[in-house]
Amino acid sequence: MVISSMAASSAISSSSSLFVSQKDAGVSPFSTQSSKSIQISQKKVSRKIVSVMAPRQSERKPSTTGSVKTGMTMTEKIFTKSSEKSQLSPGENVWVNVDVLMTHDVCGPGAIGIFKKEFGSDAKVWDREKVVIIPDHYIFTSDERANRNVDIIRDFSNEQNIKYFYDIKDLGNFKANPDYKGVCHVALAQEGHCRPGEVLLGTDSHTCTAGAFGQFATGIGNTDAGFVLGTGKLLLKVPPTLRFVLDGEMPNYLLAKDLILQIIGEISVSGATYKAMEFVGSTVESLTMEERMTLCNMVVEAGGKNGIVPADATTFKYLEDKTSLPYEPVYSDDQARFLAEYRIDVSKLEPLVAKPHSPDNRGLARECKDVKIDRVYIGSCTGGKTEDFLAAAKVFLASGKKVKVPTFLVPATQKVWMDVYTLPVPGSGGKTCSQIFEEAGCDAPASPSCGACLGGPKDTYARMNEAQVCVSTTNRNFPGRMGHKEGQVYLASPYTAAASALTGFVTDPRDFLR
Amino acid sequence: MAAAASLANPTTFASSLPHGHHHQASVSVSTFSFSNSRKQRSFKSLISQSILASTSPVTRHTSIVAAATSDSSSSGSATSFHGLCYVVGDNIDTDQIIPAEYLTLVPSKPDEYKKLGSYALIGLPASYETRFVEPGEYQSKYSIIIGGDNFGCGSSREHAPVALGAAGVAAVVAESYARIFFRNSVATGEVYPLESEGRICEECKTGDTVTIELAQSLLINHTTGKEYKLKPIGDAGPVIEAGGIFAYARKAGMIPA
Repeated sequence: MVISSMAASSAISSSSSLFVSQKDAGVSPFSTQSSKSIQISQKKVSRKIVSVMAPRQSERKPSTTGSVKTGMTMTEKIFTKSSEKSQLSPGENVWVNVDVLMTHDVCGPGAIGIFKKEFGSDAKVWDREKVVIIPDHYIFTSDERANRNVDIIRDFSNEQNIKYFYDIKDLGNFKANPDYKGVCHVALAQEGHCRPGEVLLGTDSHTCTAGAFGQFATGIGNTDAGFVLGTGKLLLKVPPTLRFVLDGEMPNYLLAKDLILQIIGEISVSGATYKAMEFVGSTVESLTMEERMTLCNMVVEAGGKNGIVPADATTFKYLEDKTSLPYEPVYSDDQARFLAEYRIDVSKLEPLVAKPHSPDNRGLARECKDVKIDRVYIGSCTGGKTEDFLAAAKVFLASGKKVKVPTFLVPATQKVWMDVYTLPVPGSGGKTCSQIFEEAGCDAPASPSCGACLGGPKDTYARMNEAQVCVSTTNRNFPGRMGHKEGQVYLASPYTAAASALTGFVTDPRDFLR
Repeated sequence: MAAAASLANPTTFASSLPHGHHHQASVSVSTFSFSNSRKQRSFKSLISQSILASTSPVTRHTSIVAAATSDSSSSGSATSFHGLCYVVGDNIDTDQIIPAEYLTLVPSKPDEYKKLGSYALIGLPASYETRFVEPGEYQSKYSIIIGGDNFGCGSSREHAPVALGAAGVAAVVAESYARIFFRNSVATGEVYPLESEGRICEECKTGDTVTIELAQSLLINHTTGKEYKLKPIGDAGPVIEAGGIFAYARKAGMIPA
């Protein structure tokens, strides 16, 4: 997933100058960034002044730059903008205007119930175009209550004339439902609901995924969501920011999943509780949007309130054909205050797993090579995106062998599913992921949904109904997470998951990606 | 906080709360009419006492912060909880509190709310030999949970504090909380998420009889005879006492009754 051009730019400076550059709002292709860099924290790495900052040309509102006041982080700036203030500090409680509220079939019915109870049975949501309702959790099940919950969000969406409701009616064939998307966090990005500088709240802890777009995004409960449905506002506390500077060229056997497992292992499952996690550095700049989403997706596994990546040319390019709404990116000031700064030399990292039963139980994949496994699962908002399947296919292709354990594939969304069946895998002579998976003996890619990541109803595809050992590209491995209480889940990147499928043991992907 | 818990545990509220300058009795009555749980009903009677005690006119607050601040600065809550405790360890995540297969239950539906209680903490591994809720029961005999670090980590499911509240839990005492669980506990008013100063979970045993004195921020273990200091609940206290964020906001005049 490393973009080769980054090798050049990271080679330019051994210093920190690249990742401390404060990018001007909404401008500048990637290549111009280094010339605008300045050196706020270069004291730690280099004393050389690599470049000076160009004078600011564009008009910028104080609330988004904070340039004449105390410096602010990008998360603090989004809070000031959305609360219509000019200056905020961590710890302050403010009423924030919500740009998008997302809910799904598991928490939507409860949030709707609270909305109706509190605002009246004939109340209208504050903005029918800002509420996004995505059935995705318990879809392909015969569980009657789960089916009923999809009916509840459908009835509500019709009644409220919700503009973005991604419905599914024909459970027998998801392709017969053109509106159906699948996993909400991936669908939000693919459908253009993630925009820099905005506030996105969702009734799901992995709503933080959208921080990849340089926005504030976090998970909330039903009651808070009921309040937002009625008012479009929520009282939020401004979080202090932990800054993670990731530098160095990413080795070809690592993925963003390894980076976030490294970080969670470092700071623990409560290391970022109440805090924002800002990701910068040459490595982060080199990541694709899907990889940035993986990085931000799991900040909640460290207790983080939100993860955030500054928007850049990669972001703007991704958004080009997805949204026509104007957006205003914000960036951390040079003088912004961070609670702590962590520096990671990515070039030195090795493929990782999180061992049972905690996402911070970090281990090197190669050191777990004696762990015999029963199955592999590739899917979810964390590890079920198009690039995750391309990565797995790359390993299968490189090995030319067959999997030794049942290998379950659950594309996150309908679009990902289509990609799996249509996109040619680089270096394969035109084969698609689905062909490579079939040749490797994997289960056929299943209907897109959250699937067995969180267990779900008993008849959920690939749910762990026995006390087995699974290597999974998902996000949590607490007891019972994928179904069986005594099941053991090793969280890993799609590379490591595919490599493990080929051997039947937890396996370092370098065994196949040499 | 449900009927069984409050019968077994004499939850006491002083009727002489000195604050309440922005409470209004007529507001409070309608505020609680939406209650669909026994838990909230028990709050209703308790709250109305404190509200009736106040006679001063309503002050409109424009923000929850202002209201919460003035509340906490002018009063200490006189609530106490008494009962058996159930002790768990660190990082009790939402899947252990209420496994995902039960999330089809919608908390805002009264019969499903009740059912959620029966599954509270059913996701704990087999190493927990004592069941939190006996099979066939809707409520637990333990009204206080004592935990370690990062209680309630994991998903944003509000089903988690709701399941505990529905099972009759009045308060959780843990070293620390995951953010969303804490927030959901306050927003729903289902349970008091109290923080301990030290690692009480290693000194208490499931089945010990304990009392929490909210005003003194104190936990007393009657079985061992030890007392432990808790961190003050602060601004969140009045919100939970009111029965959640909506009830509180109405009571404080922040949203129309």
